[in-house]
Amino acid sequence: MKRVRARLRKTPIGLAIVVGFFVLGVIGPWVAPYDPLAIDLLHEYEPPSWTHLLGTGDNGIDILSALLHGARLAAIVGIVVVGVSVVLGTLLGTWAGYAGRFADHVITGIADLVQAFPAIVLNIAVLALVARPGLMHLIVALAVNGWVLYARLARAETLTLREREFVEAARALGVPTHEVLRRHVIPNLLGPLVIQATTGLGVVILAESTLSFLGLGPGKAVSWGALLDQGTSVLLRFPHVALFSGGAIALTVLGFNLTGDWLRDRLDPRLR
Amino acid sequence: MVRMMSPGLLRYLAGRLLRALLTVVGLVTIVFLLVRLIPGDPVEAILGDQAGPEEKAELRRALNLDRPVAEQYLSFLGDMADGSMGTSFRRPDRSVWSMMRDVLPYTIVLALAALLVAWSLAIPLGSIAAAKAGKGWDKIASTVAVAGLAIPNIWLGPLLILAFGVKLGWLPLPGDDLAGPEALILPAITIGTALAAVLTRQTRAAMIEVLAQQYIIAARARGVPTVPLLLRHALRNALLPVMTIGAAQLGALLSGTVVTEKIFERQGLGTLFLDAFFARDIPVVQGCVLIIAVIYVVVNLAVDLAYGLVDPRVRLS
Repeated sequence: MKRVRARLRKTPIGLAIVVGFFVLGVIGPWVAPYDPLAIDLLHEYEPPSWTHLLGTGDNGIDILSALLHGARLAAIVGIVVVGVSVVLGTLLGTWAGYAGRFADHVITGIADLVQAFPAIVLNIAVLALVARPGLMHLIVALAVNGWVLYARLARAETLTLREREFVEAARALGVPTHEVLRRHVIPNLLGPLVIQATTGLGVVILAESTLSFLGLGPGKAVSWGALLDQGTSVLLRFPHVALFSGGAIALTVLGFNLTGDWLRDRLDPRLR
Repeated sequence: MVRMMSPGLLRYLAGRLLRALLTVVGLVTIVFLLVRLIPGDPVEAILGDQAGPEEKAELRRALNLDRPVAEQYLSFLGDMADGSMGTSFRRPDRSVWSMMRDVLPYTIVLALAALLVAWSLAIPLGSIAAAKAGKGWDKIASTVAVAGLAIPNIWLGPLLILAFGVKLGWLPLPGDDLAGPEALILPAITIGTALAAVLTRQTRAAMIEVLAQQYIIAARARGVPTVPLLLRHALRNALLPVMTIGAAQLGALLSGTVVTEKIFERQGLGTLFLDAFFARDIPVVQGCVLIIAVIYVVVNLAVDLAYGLVDPRVRLS
């Protein structure tokens, strides 16, 4: 027990935030005291109290409950978008780095083009094409530019791995290309990819919040960004709505940034 | 001017220009394809589910969506080339370019003000952090940078309004008459803070590298005091990479204007873009995406060229 406590004390605060975020993402909707969409017009925009710990917002919804449901949305969007981006980026990046020549030119060229758009502008342009943007569309829009970061990383690492002796040895032994990639190249990419993906989760969660804030998100009350948008419109009279919803976003993003830095220090021996 | 340039520099310039041109053509094509390839019918998106088939067919004809894709592409290229960039769905009397031209100055002024905020925060902070690397000042500057990165601009904007607009009453609130320069301060800080955080880290890294060089050690040995040493000897050489990173952060700057214009209810390209989005005015959406991408390409090109002119090492690599 003592040892557990000593360990806990050494746990970086960023990791604690990230773990807390995911736990709330899983159990949040079950422990939420109210239905986040329940309308209670008599108690609109009430400041924090014992019945509503973080106060109420638009239509009298309970802000704590809305934030707990919003954590699940943010977690789902984050995990799915980063998951799709990492898989797609790794496949394209290793292919570009390993095959070189034509494949490399095409993949790097597309990556350059995607990066020539500011991320959010590209996301909005994709969402503009559907009548009623839903969760799926949001995920697709975020993955359209999400993969580029991982593809660049995988390509750069593959370029150096390709010249390493153990890869050359495998090739000389006649191991087929897809086996070389699967058994020798990709496993060595995992460390840098995990570090990048941790920071990337924060980026995606912020992007989801920003799009919801702009009114392009999938749900109304269950997204942190949408709640912040409502809070901003009543900022001058009822600032608590914007303070709590924005605080949740900022804290989560900070947690993922700190955890990414911490992982980099621990996993990347070059920095020690 | 041309005679002064070496063949190597000319080749560098030509290559860089060609790449920028290819990027713009690629961007035009992608913007065009996005609308046609991604599932979802723009006609349905504009008219909604209730519209009858005749109504839809008529709109489809008006938008040239009933023609073959190759023909659409050519007429789209024509619209781009003649500078009109097509016609708005909502206001058939206005070309997309004329709508953008009206609001573009507001966005450019905001972006420049944000860049000014970022530089005037990052360069002193980063220089102090580098000069005192590892000590208290360095830690303070780094903490400020991390905090600046973590606060999303969608939250920082409302916080600033609360603090300086509502509580202190120093600066105008959103929706007030936004003509004066004081209306620019809070939006510029909102965008500039995150940028400043990145630039502080870059300035610190660049300064530490420069400060370790022989000529700095020599100047220090000659007895040049710290402040002139930093300002006249070190900063000049450290600034080049920082400026380049500043240009690379242009994407963040432009994204920031979209969000900030909404928070502060300012007119500009971002507001036009969002309004066009909600009205499904696809030519205007396309035009805004394209102009933002072209700004991005042109600024990067300009920075690269300036860099190539100033620093001969760039051309060689």
